[in-house]
Amino acid sequence: MPFIPHTDADVRTMLDAIGARRIDDLFDEIPAALKSGPLDGLPLAVNEMDITRIMHERAARDGMPLNFIGAGAYEHHIPAAVWAVTTRGEFYSAYTPYQAEASQGTLQTIYEYQTMMASLTAMEVSNASLYDGASALAEACLMAVRANRKSKVSRILLPASLNPTYRKVARTIAGLQEFTFDEVPYDAATGNIRVESLAAFDAQDITALVIQQPNFFGVLEDVDELTRWARGNGTFIIAVVNPTSLALLKPPGKWGDNGVDIVCGEGQPLGVPLSSGGPYFGFMTTRMAHVRQMPGRIVGRTLDLDGRPGFTLTLQAREQHIRRGKATSNICTNQGLLMTAATIYLTLLGPAGLERVASASHERTQELVRALTRIPGVRAKFSGPRFHEAVIALDGPAADVLAALAERGIMGGLDLGALHAELGDAVLVCATETKTTADINAYATALADVLKSARAA
Amino acid sequence: MIREAAQVSSTGRSNVAAPEKVIFEHSRRGRTASAQIPAAQRPTDLPQNLLRTDRPLLPEVSELQAVRHFTRLSQLNFSIDTHFYPLGSCTMKYNPRACNSLAMLPEFLARHPLAPESHGQGYLACMFELQEMLKDVTGMQGVSLTPMAGAQGELTGVAMIIAYHRARRNLERNEIIVPQAAHGTNPATATMCGCTLREVPCGADGDVDLEALKAAVGPRTAGIMLTNPSTLGVFERRIVEVATVVHEAGGLLYYDGANLNAILGKVRPGDMGFDVIHMNLHKTFSTPHGGGGPGSGAVGVGNRLLPFLPVPVVGREDDRYRWLDEKDLPQSIGRLSGFMGNAGVLLRAYVYMRMLGREGMTRVAEYATLNANYMLARLIAAGFDAAYPERRASHEFIITLKRQAREQGVSAMDFAKRLLDYGFHAPTTYFPLLIPECLLIEPTESEALEDLDAFVDAMIAIGEEAQVEPAKVQGAPYHLPVRRLDDVRAAKQLDLVWKPAA
Repeated sequence: MPFIPHTDADVRTMLDAIGARRIDDLFDEIPAALKSGPLDGLPLAVNEMDITRIMHERAARDGMPLNFIGAGAYEHHIPAAVWAVTTRGEFYSAYTPYQAEASQGTLQTIYEYQTMMASLTAMEVSNASLYDGASALAEACLMAVRANRKSKVSRILLPASLNPTYRKVARTIAGLQEFTFDEVPYDAATGNIRVESLAAFDAQDITALVIQQPNFFGVLEDVDELTRWARGNGTFIIAVVNPTSLALLKPPGKWGDNGVDIVCGEGQPLGVPLSSGGPYFGFMTTRMAHVRQMPGRIVGRTLDLDGRPGFTLTLQAREQHIRRGKATSNICTNQGLLMTAATIYLTLLGPAGLERVASASHERTQELVRALTRIPGVRAKFSGPRFHEAVIALDGPAADVLAALAERGIMGGLDLGALHAELGDAVLVCATETKTTADINAYATALADVLKSARAA
Repeated sequence: MIREAAQVSSTGRSNVAAPEKVIFEHSRRGRTASAQIPAAQRPTDLPQNLLRTDRPLLPEVSELQAVRHFTRLSQLNFSIDTHFYPLGSCTMKYNPRACNSLAMLPEFLARHPLAPESHGQGYLACMFELQEMLKDVTGMQGVSLTPMAGAQGELTGVAMIIAYHRARRNLERNEIIVPQAAHGTNPATATMCGCTLREVPCGADGDVDLEALKAAVGPRTAGIMLTNPSTLGVFERRIVEVATVVHEAGGLLYYDGANLNAILGKVRPGDMGFDVIHMNLHKTFSTPHGGGGPGSGAVGVGNRLLPFLPVPVVGREDDRYRWLDEKDLPQSIGRLSGFMGNAGVLLRAYVYMRMLGREGMTRVAEYATLNANYMLARLIAAGFDAAYPERRASHEFIITLKRQAREQGVSAMDFAKRLLDYGFHAPTTYFPLLIPECLLIEPTESEALEDLDAFVDAMIAIGEEAQVEPAKVQGAPYHLPVRRLDDVRAAKQLDLVWKPAA
């Protein structure tokens, strides 16, 4: 019996102690009519050797193509030590640290993580992580409504240059509570928001403005001006940021004159593999003044009975297991394992290493854009300054071009046709520090070839 | 003879791990793990006003220092791999290592979530089959794997119930009924979905008070959220009547899958009359808890809610797998995550289910229930009080220490902390809130008889200590990296981030 240790003699001993004849007698409170028959639809058991073969075959079918897709999930080098340590059983198979004395490892890791994320974003406090970047934004919208006491409505401004999936997720989750989401257009030439386009909302009751930096197109927003507008309007600012970029870019705590109110984003770039989209983790940091409105777990350092320092979950009065229907959120986990990986990743990289990863990724993306735009019919779509990701416009059908590239083992980027039809045939591309000049040239050569045959056909 | 863990260490030295400095205290300016740092120049093409001007507070340590620090931290944890962890309602069963290693094959790890389906047929095949297996084992008609935790699965379930009523122009149905004993997430979820809450009491036997339920339902009822077996560790025997009452009132039934391990292969939520369920894959299907996540809260639905499933879902056309999105499911409640939920966790659940197979599913419930009932029988024989002595335990059960608290002043929390000294993770304490001084104990099927016995022996030994020397129990633990922590100080003098000495 897989993963069940009982011998026949054990079972006999146990049934005797219970006073039951058969194991099935233990289910005598379930009405007989409800009991299920055999689960014929399920396959028969396979052992570890056989499932290993099956999984290797399936993994091989998906292959290891050369990847130039980013769009919210980035392929960075992950030091071997990150997952070797993270998957130690003591981290992997522990529960939420309710028994603090038996969970100091997890709790201290969270405290160190909170310190790193608060500093990286230049905010005062961090939670212990949320599910992912998109759902973190939804939670940030809910939090802004609780925390922005000047606002009497639940109205959020979302830029059209925000990751479109984040918009969808915010609508799914926050939209359950009568939220209004208004869209702020982006400038078709630069690819970022012009502060003038916010004039339409001047003096209106707006709970929060979301600013993504860099935005979905990889273009940098004028975060200072946008922040100042929001501040002047009594509107909260929710920053959505790529944590790697913060080694180089101005952190949200320094935007405008006195920073933003809530920062959130996708933590995946910090040591988490692409893995078809998850598990990743969302991060969230804020000002101390709003800490009681923040969702999710928070760890604090305190003293034990002997006066020695130790760590424990704190501010639990916000949470569902205490507050039930009045909790800040129904969330009762963080993404502990991923948070652990990220903390180890940031420790191994350090400030210098993270800055190099950010610089190299930017350098590689710029090199990629130069290589691709040398091809006739390919140009950069936006004129605004970019970081580590770019939109390129093609003179042929993007979907067909990408499919042809995929056949050659190159993931050429994300087709924006379905998400941003107004851009025409446009592809969002990204190269990180993992891509060499040879990789970039391979892409450029393949693209030139594909476009040429498309024109010939 | 059971002893405190510190006394039985085979090496003869105390097994109390030394406290570990905060990583920033290991840091030295200019030190790096240089093998991890790529070559690059600081870019010059970025607008000056958008650049960072200070250094973030990140550690500056060598690779060995990083590895040693986090390895030492890990050693301060209790975990399933190191300790019996009978945490009620959490199903801390063995997490087979193959599930992890096979989900981390390089091709799976490297696959970008937005890569085309042509380069994801292997992954999608696993997901499609996982959906099918979960449908079969729960008796539901459709499954979406995207919710990222139990609480998000709950949110999804209630959102679908509301969407169903809205689609039928039934705008006034927004009341969610929860039994008193429900997990805190149930009421919190109802609130997040913009619903109002209505609690119904449980009877003295632990089952939902049917008369109170009949009085609670009406034209405003959207649905009821139920866990079965309930959080009281007993099977809701009148579940068919409950389903009839709610359905006849026009409401739908939501199954909280927290306790699915108890009935796997024995009775299916779909057959009990539930319209929607969430499954905690991190409990029943053995994906890791990871120190508090990632979880995975896949949802299953009956026919009525099929159109509302969250996207994406995996479909099959001929022999090709593809994502079904908003175009395929126009009434979907939408997206819950940036991509596809906790995709890699789902692979782990898939491997686990394949290794268990058809017969293995049923054995999970059988041996989890056998273990729980055996521990209960032994604890009762040793003089402990069961919360529901007349009832059969499911996969978990409740001991109440009300008597010990009254007579010796030793609380459930004291027992819990002292258990840590004996080398056992404590059971769930003070939940459900209905039972005073309670321990909710869930051994799971993967524990051996001798480990169950050792736990019971420790309980007996602590019970004796409580009589002879209650202060000893009240002051526990003694053999862990820290003693009891000052939670009041933690909340009053907030210290949430490390700061360098001024």
